[in-house]
Amino acid sequence: MNLVGDENLLELQGVDKTYGSDGRTFLAVKNVSLRIRPGEFVGLLGPSGCGKSTLLRIITGLSPASSGGVLYRGRPLVGINPHATIVFQTFALYPWLTVEENVEIALKARGLPPSERRARALRLIDLVGLDGFESAYPRELSGGMRQKVGFARAMAVEPELLCLDEPFSALDLLSADALRGELLELWLGKSIPTQAILLVTHNIEEALLLADRLIIMDKDPGRVVAEMAVGLRYPRHRKDTAFLATLDKVYAIVAGRTERETAPAGTASGQPGRKTRLPVARINALAGLMEKVREEGGRVDLHRLAGELHLELDDLLPVVEGAELLGFAQVDAGDIVLTALGQAFADASITARKEIIAGRILRHPTIRWIYETLQQDDDRHVAASFFLERLQAEFGDDAPQQLENAISWGRYAELFTFDDDTDELFMEA
Amino acid sequence: MRFRFSPPLLRRPGFTAGDAVIVLALAGLLAAGLRLGWRAPAVLHGPEISLSPSALPLYALLSTARMTAAYVLSLAFTLVYGYAAARSRTARRVLIPLLDILQSVPILSFLPVVLLGLSAILPQKPAAELAAVLLIFTSQAWNMAYSFYQSITTLPNELREAAAVFRLDRWLRFKTLELPFATLGLIWNSMMSWAGGWFFLMAAEIFRVGERDFRLRGLGAYLQEAANQGDMRAVVYGVAALVATIVVLDQILWRPLLSWADKFRLDGVAGEEPPRCWFGDLVSRSWLVERAGAHLAAPLGERVDRFLHERLGGAPAAPPGDRSEARPSRAVFLAGAATALLVLYGGYRAFGLLATLPFSSWKPLLIGLAATLLRVAAALAIALAWTVPAGVAIGMNRRLASLAQPIVQVVASIPATALFPVIVLALLSAPGGLNLAAIVLMLMGTQWYLLFNVIAGASAIPQDLRFTTDLLRLPFLDRWRVLILPAIFPYVVTGAITAAGGAWNASIVAERTEFAGRSRTTVGVGALIAGATAQGDYALLLAATLVLIVTVVLINRTFWRAMYRLAEERYRME
Repeated sequence: MNLVGDENLLELQGVDKTYGSDGRTFLAVKNVSLRIRPGEFVGLLGPSGCGKSTLLRIITGLSPASSGGVLYRGRPLVGINPHATIVFQTFALYPWLTVEENVEIALKARGLPPSERRARALRLIDLVGLDGFESAYPRELSGGMRQKVGFARAMAVEPELLCLDEPFSALDLLSADALRGELLELWLGKSIPTQAILLVTHNIEEALLLADRLIIMDKDPGRVVAEMAVGLRYPRHRKDTAFLATLDKVYAIVAGRTERETAPAGTASGQPGRKTRLPVARINALAGLMEKVREEGGRVDLHRLAGELHLELDDLLPVVEGAELLGFAQVDAGDIVLTALGQAFADASITARKEIIAGRILRHPTIRWIYETLQQDDDRHVAASFFLERLQAEFGDDAPQQLENAISWGRYAELFTFDDDTDELFMEA
Repeated sequence: MRFRFSPPLLRRPGFTAGDAVIVLALAGLLAAGLRLGWRAPAVLHGPEISLSPSALPLYALLSTARMTAAYVLSLAFTLVYGYAAARSRTARRVLIPLLDILQSVPILSFLPVVLLGLSAILPQKPAAELAAVLLIFTSQAWNMAYSFYQSITTLPNELREAAAVFRLDRWLRFKTLELPFATLGLIWNSMMSWAGGWFFLMAAEIFRVGERDFRLRGLGAYLQEAANQGDMRAVVYGVAALVATIVVLDQILWRPLLSWADKFRLDGVAGEEPPRCWFGDLVSRSWLVERAGAHLAAPLGERVDRFLHERLGGAPAAPPGDRSEARPSRAVFLAGAATALLVLYGGYRAFGLLATLPFSSWKPLLIGLAATLLRVAAALAIALAWTVPAGVAIGMNRRLASLAQPIVQVVASIPATALFPVIVLALLSAPGGLNLAAIVLMLMGTQWYLLFNVIAGASAIPQDLRFTTDLLRLPFLDRWRVLILPAIFPYVVTGAITAAGGAWNASIVAERTEFAGRSRTTVGVGALIAGATAQGDYALLLAATLVLIVTVVLINRTFWRAMYRLAEERYRME
């Protein structure tokens, strides 16, 4: 086991990050405080869009925090963090350089002479198991091998803090598993001088397989909602009871954070108060989920469900969120539970389903506002730009997506629809 | 056929105040050139053009040298201008709109002013040579610079972040990231520019108005002299030499470059056949080249990298994105103010010169403009009428494509201006004479852009859409209406924008010609420009050039922009 030192390697103190300017701003990360100590393998876990990649860019100095403190070894970080490197999700290799040149370029940037560069690069290529591929170009390699080059390049500069930005998510399952094992071997065997690893991922299992400590985030705005130590011993196995119990605990934290409401809350457009976003309408997925849960007797463990449907949590959660918003289901201690309405929906015919959805989504302020605006219009046609403008004041850059979501819900429920030629929303008279 | 050319103009809002400033600056520049031109000698003697076939190698060499000089100039300009526009937000605000206007200006209209201005300050030979090189440069540089700028600004974010995290200094980032990423686009655009350059080179080599003979020894002048003397054998020799030069350069320069640059593709997938080329293979297998690479180039490169690293290495590049632009410094502000003053002064001088033009001269000017516009429209219509059916036939039929492609490529590579003297010779006795010849010249300059784009569009129609149309048994007309025309529309628009630009350019050399010692003219703005040059009527020359520029820019900003938008929004295949 790695010894955890007292001194913080990295510390974030109340970090905010906003994008945009002049009143139209988007708060990507809100009031995040966290610390990484030497010897730790930290997993930063959360759904897409929760700002975990943004945090990673703040930690490496690629992008400055809007407010709050970023300390490295107790000193404020200015510019690119010279002690940290990143392994990128898409590998970020230069396709016109060979494997060796890709590793060497990182050393060349630090001013090392050619002979030393070459020796170090070859040693690392060997370490990640790519001997014989030194002169290959990235396009000749499989995804897993490309990511090994990414690791070799990152380790070549001997960083104290190694940041991994979803490094396994572009790989197939087998390669990802193999590479995770090899990374652990290097880390636990101390064959690399790295002091700490920060892994950004949306995959709960992956985080639990690797990390000593989890920092769990949620979105809207991106913030830290929980931290937990992972007390599991290496090597960890997916089927161990202790592993499964921890997994359930994390699922409960993650899924328990989604909105739990029977009636959609939030205020109508133009009114003051809290706004709720419309989830992407995935009616088919929603119907599939309801039918599946009904088959299982109205209550299913979310983790098991994701496994059976071969879905990442990231794909499943928005659908669950949609079900909650419509009042079809609730999340309770890591399980999804069907409501009476959800039961009725699962049993209903297509036309009946449309009616149920129409009744429910009209309770959402954005949909109701669009519906009422159209009803009050003389010929029941209103330009999309009108709605967009109002939504922009509330949702900023997300407004076009919100309008698109509203239109697809409205279309499905046959409340209103959209004419692409005239750019108008309208309803049948 | 891989024909990658998308005109980057028209992506911006319509006519803006910035455009007016740029046009004003151009007017000032023209006025300054003309002021110099007052002192241009009234009589200039051109060189003797030999029609002996043994003169052809030298002429080919001279023409190629002019092209090379202009291309090197364009490349240097591209790297500096494109890089500056991409790196600095302040610079971008000026440079990109400027590029946009310069791209749509009919470059040949500058030729008389540039020639007159230069021949006033330089001896005749260097003046004509320099004017030719400048002219070719102005035809080559803009799209290359734009392509380079666009590449740098569209670099994938993670590659850029990797460069920052691994602390590549500015030189290393340029060498290992930005330049390689931009190379493919730059080579494609260089090939386009090179091909286009021939058109202007030929025009520059044969330019002669009144007593002023600006001709240059080269393939263009050879062809003109041959047509002048009615020597058909020499015409054939000249065309053969021109085609041979173009084909040889394509084979030993551009094809190898293209196949070498294949490694800079970003979406690289193993197994996909890279473009092969015999000359490139020959060179890369050569022992000498290999040794030179290992023992000369590599250590030298290392030295350069070290040297620059020591200079720049201390300050790693600023993080990408999120770059909070510093306020423009005082120096930039002063430079801007000085430029603004110069522009104002230049514009004032230009208007002063224009004011001397009698009011009665404006009427023929507008009539000429209308006549040229009609000719351009006619040439475009004729080109559309044959290229759309032919291009669709070639694009949708692989066997026909493999047959037609090499022929079309060679024929299209002959610059229209090279054949112009021959066409005049053939058509002069026909009814309509020069008027007809002018349209033919415009047509020859423009139809290939259209044809290539239609072929590209037709071959890009997804197979399943074609199958669906077959299965539905759509009648012939519906097939065109539902599938083919919408599918090729964006390509046709792209081709037509370029084609129209070429046609406007052609008008300058096509509407007035000196043939067998006699000048013939037809009504048109091009004829007015050439005539004003011959007579030394500088006010008229400035007025005609400006009117032409403004008209073309306006048409681009209104008509073509609307077409482009329609193509983007409605008829894009996703």
